[in-house]
Amino acid sequence: MTAPLPKRIIKETERLQSEPVPGISAQPHDDNARYFDVMVEGPGGSCYEGGIFNLELFLPDDYPMCPPRIRFLTRIYHPNIDRLGRICLDVLKNNWSPALQIRTILLSIQALLGAPNPEDPLNEAVAKQWKENQPEAIRTAREWTKLYAQKK
Amino acid sequence: MDSDDEGGFNSAASSIELDEEMSSSVDFDSDVELDDYQEDETAFEATAKDLAPRRKAYEVEYRVYSPKDIQAQQDDQVAEVANLLEQPPEATAILLRHVRWNKERLIEQYMDAQEELLDKAGLGQDISKNPPRLQVIDGFCCDICCEDTPGLESFAMNCGHRFCVDCYRQYLVQKIKGEGEAARIKCPGDGCNKIIDAKSLDLLVPTELTERYNELLMRTYVDDKENLKWCPAPNCVYAVECGVKKRDLNKIVPSVHCDCKHAFCFGCTLADHQPCPCVLVKKWLKKCEDDSETANWISANTKECPKCHSTIEKNGGCNHMTCRKCKNEFCWMCMGVWSEHGTSWYNCNRFEEKSGSDARDAQAKSRQSLERYLHYYNRYANHEQSAKLDKDIFHKTEKKMTLLQSSSGMSWIEVQFLEAASQALQQCRQTLKWTYAFAYYLARNNQTAIFEDNQKDLEMAVENLSEMFEKSTDQLAGLKVEMMDKTTYCMRRRVILLDDTAKNLKEQTWEFIVDMV
Ligand SMILES: [Zn+2]
Ligand SMILES: [Zn+2]
Ligand SMILES: [Zn+2]
Ligand SMILES: [Zn+2]
Ligand SMILES: [Zn+2]
Ligand SMILES: [Zn+2]
Repeated sequence: MTAPLPKRIIKETERLQSEPVPGISAQPHDDNARYFDVMVEGPGGSCYEGGIFNLELFLPDDYPMCPPRIRFLTRIYHPNIDRLGRICLDVLKNNWSPALQIRTILLSIQALLGAPNPEDPLNEAVAKQWKENQPEAIRTAREWTKLYAQKK
Repeated sequence: MDSDDEGGFNSAASSIELDEEMSSSVDFDSDVELDDYQEDETAFEATAKDLAPRRKAYEVEYRVYSPKDIQAQQDDQVAEVANLLEQPPEATAILLRHVRWNKERLIEQYMDAQEELLDKAGLGQDISKNPPRLQVIDGFCCDICCEDTPGLESFAMNCGHRFCVDCYRQYLVQKIKGEGEAARIKCPGDGCNKIIDAKSLDLLVPTELTERYNELLMRTYVDDKENLKWCPAPNCVYAVECGVKKRDLNKIVPSVHCDCKHAFCFGCTLADHQPCPCVLVKKWLKKCEDDSETANWISANTKECPKCHSTIEKNGGCNHMTCRKCKNEFCWMCMGVWSEHGTSWYNCNRFEEKSGSDARDAQAKSRQSLERYLHYYNRYANHEQSAKLDKDIFHKTEKKMTLLQSSSGMSWIEVQFLEAASQALQQCRQTLKWTYAFAYYLARNNQTAIFEDNQKDLEMAVENLSEMFEKSTDQLAGLKVEMMDKTTYCMRRRVILLDDTAKNLKEQTWEFIVDMV
């Protein structure tokens, strides 16, 4: 039933294990090599610092011509991430290039945690708060990080 | 609002119109024959008139193009500009698409800042020195598929982002087939803005996709040009060229007829809405859609009974309401129980008399406004509905024509009057429909009165013809002459109405009750 795994995915997976990116891990499922459990640490100095965020990542059949599908599983207060954990990130949409990789995408997501962009919101309510009362928004993000994103 | 000289617009139209009319002088399908007045047939004076272009005020110059024509047009422009810029046609095509086919702007930018322009358009350095080709490079490993088999063919533009041919092709398939992109496909390299030029695409696009690719390129060409539009009819492949600019749309309704027979407005691409200008059409449709008038009236003039919640309409000035359903007596103004209003039983004492009369005024006004709207809307909707019914009849016309042939012994040619009548009904209903939307926005004055007279004339003629058309086959044969006359008459009344309206629109003498924005 399953087609042989493309060389590209095998290589990427190998490299993710042999040269892991600091603060990021991606582990393929035993029964589905296209499905990854992802963990991203909140970047230092950001309001997500100290948080450990779980995501799920799936490589569709047409990967790498199409971007991987990624979603936050851990609740997070961020203007570019909605309540379902979907992420608004240009490289996951229009600016996707087949030359990009899982690791580069995960690094972009980590960078997005360090630099929220309320001008291009996915979560209108959070973005509004971010623009109108940034200190309050940051406080909430910290609280949520403590509340939901701690190592179990 | 705009000081556009109509002189320029008209003269441009008439110069082309002349050769168009000459080449199509035996075109029986064109409207021209129907626009002819019988008066014109008087021998001598007619000659001079016949030679001069005769375009009605509501007609615009336009041309219909097939996909082939559009391709040729595109190629011509590329060739012309390529010559001027001394750039290869592939690069020129990219440049023209980059500036959305604005030739003048391209030449200007090219002269001012050539390198910057080339860079922005995704051309970088001159591609003529380095024609695209597939290469086999020792030790190459494709970043997309991780393949490194010796002898693997690969491709890169001069940005240096090299991938294997298979990956490049798959990438293009995804872009063209999956995302419908064509004119501005970028290099697959991460963050690279270089646009893949036509020559490279020729080399890389799989043959089964070239048709789709060219189709998409053509789409962008038409989409980019202000004077070109696709015919909105489903599955129609033609495009129409028309010189009417957006800013002219309050002065003219640019109706065009595609070769597929669909008549539409070049301004807004809705179905032909002559004589009503686009902006009023938009307002009217919106009004009909949200039905705000009706809703406003209902909210101003009905309330729920505070006891049983059935809807009650207030129709008199008295505030003492009795619910028809539960017989609850209450005060319209404060919704309070009527018995609590004590001795001042005539007026609610919790409100001043003034506010009561204001409310009554507002109610009368809103009812009047609703009635006015409904007056026009009902007629508009009636013609829309009838046109739909006539259309069904139009489909049955052929059957009718066959029946008539066998019952009366007439030839196919001799029963054509039915088809003519059917078409006239369609067209006139469409026109009438929009005259009501138009009239709704007209201020009351003498000009409006003349318009409504014309409208009434046409309407009566149409209803007459419609009635004849419905007659049974055995009666139709005897009605032939009368129907032909009526058909001609209808079409003539239509022309008069449209011409007159369009003239006044062009001269901006209509007075509207809304802002024309
Ligand atoms: Zn590149
Ligand atoms: Zn490859
Ligand atoms: Zn058409
Ligand atoms: Zn229009
Ligand atoms: Zn009641
Ligand atoms: Zn009262």
